[in-house]
Amino acid sequence: MLAKRIIPCLDVKDGRTVKGINFENFRYAGDPVELGKRYSDEGADELVFLDITASLEGRKTFVQMVRRVAENLSIPFTVGGGIGSVGDVSILLNAGADKVSVNSSALKNPQLIDEIAGAFGRQVCVVAIDAKLESDGQWHCYVNGGHNSTSSTLFEWAHEAQERGAGEILFTSMNHDGVKEGFACEALSRLHQELEIPIIASGGAGRMEHFVDVFNTGHADAALAASIFHFNEISVEQLKKYLEQNNIATRKVYK
Amino acid sequence: MKVAIIKYNAGNVYSVKCALARIGIEATVTDDEQQLRNADKVIFPGVGEASVAMSYLRERHLDSIIKSLTQPVLGICIGLQLLCRSSEEGNTECLGIFDTDVRRFDNSHCQEMKIPHMGWNSIEVNKELLIPSHFSGEYVYYVHSYYAPVCANTIATTEYIGKFSAILNKDNFFATQFHPEKSGKLGEEILRKFLSL
Repeated sequence: MLAKRIIPCLDVKDGRTVKGINFENFRYAGDPVELGKRYSDEGADELVFLDITASLEGRKTFVQMVRRVAENLSIPFTVGGGIGSVGDVSILLNAGADKVSVNSSALKNPQLIDEIAGAFGRQVCVVAIDAKLESDGQWHCYVNGGHNSTSSTLFEWAHEAQERGAGEILFTSMNHDGVKEGFACEALSRLHQELEIPIIASGGAGRMEHFVDVFNTGHADAALAASIFHFNEISVEQLKKYLEQNNIATRKVYK
Repeated sequence: MKVAIIKYNAGNVYSVKCALARIGIEATVTDDEQQLRNADKVIFPGVGEASVAMSYLRERHLDSIIKSLTQPVLGICIGLQLLCRSSEEGNTECLGIFDTDVRRFDNSHCQEMKIPHMGWNSIEVNKELLIPSHFSGEYVYYVHSYYAPVCANTIATTEYIGKFSAILNKDNFFATQFHPEKSGKLGEEILRKFLSL
């Protein structure tokens, strides 16, 4: 049976991992390669590295980091942040990344999704969407790390991304991110019903019960979280044991 | 031991090279006929589209070279599919080592089953030719939309929508639909088993 995936996410700035609360107030959390290895040993099913560095110098550091991660890691990993062209994707895949995640650049230039899927296959292209449920009852998409709103809405954009060649949707609810009171299960469930491609849920993990909800109620294929893993609040191993007890299929780690 | 990875327009050659390096093997990535023939083991990896990959192989005569290899060969993912008779992806005639035709997953009666089949799924070992039967129930990593149906060459299966071939074997040819290079410690163990054949 296909297992539900648990995916630790590492935000990387200048080669180090950070995690903010509601996209601000960053705290430092450690070396990406060491964290990656630790998660892999504990049973993480995949890893996501998001580069939140703005400078060109920092971006070169990121590619070097991707290479070090690839050499040391035996599970799939996705990289994202600042990817604006097929050329950027090519550099990251050649450094050992398995998938790339595109966000702002795809919203500004949707054709990028077609180009990535066309060049490398749709399994390579994860479309990340940061969206916020606003008072008009709509989920509005945001770009630039949640700083700027756009005229796009979550469900329409997710459909378009799928049609253009996205292999997966990584949906972050900005209302839930960093708050630790659970995932946006209602919106996730609707994405699951409307789309054919796998959905990765992000934003809101605080307790182990939240993961049971995101799989049973939100019907997510995978759940992503950062701070609860980085600060040892919950270990991946502990979480998987809990999910098994709640009859959710997870990968048992071969030792 | 000399291990060669076939160099062609496939996406995951570097991942396979890294995975081998982690178990202490320095593999050569090559499309040179002599280097391929002289290798003790040959790995035929792949991520990509079947018809594009096949025409690339034909242009460089790698198709006839691969078919005539006599040492143990391991196909991975699209490598497995290209070793079959044909693929529904781009209606492609393939290398014809394994006696089966690759098809696309059909979820028309179960739309909650996503395509591609992506993530970790368990294997069932039918014949202990590459891996021992106690690996049954262990999880390996898959990313694919096309599959090889179960046939006489199937030595392990996985269940997704229906049962399909997880591992195929005929003579010196072995192939996994999953990615051993991305399947954690179990994947490394499977690569070791192949290298010890």
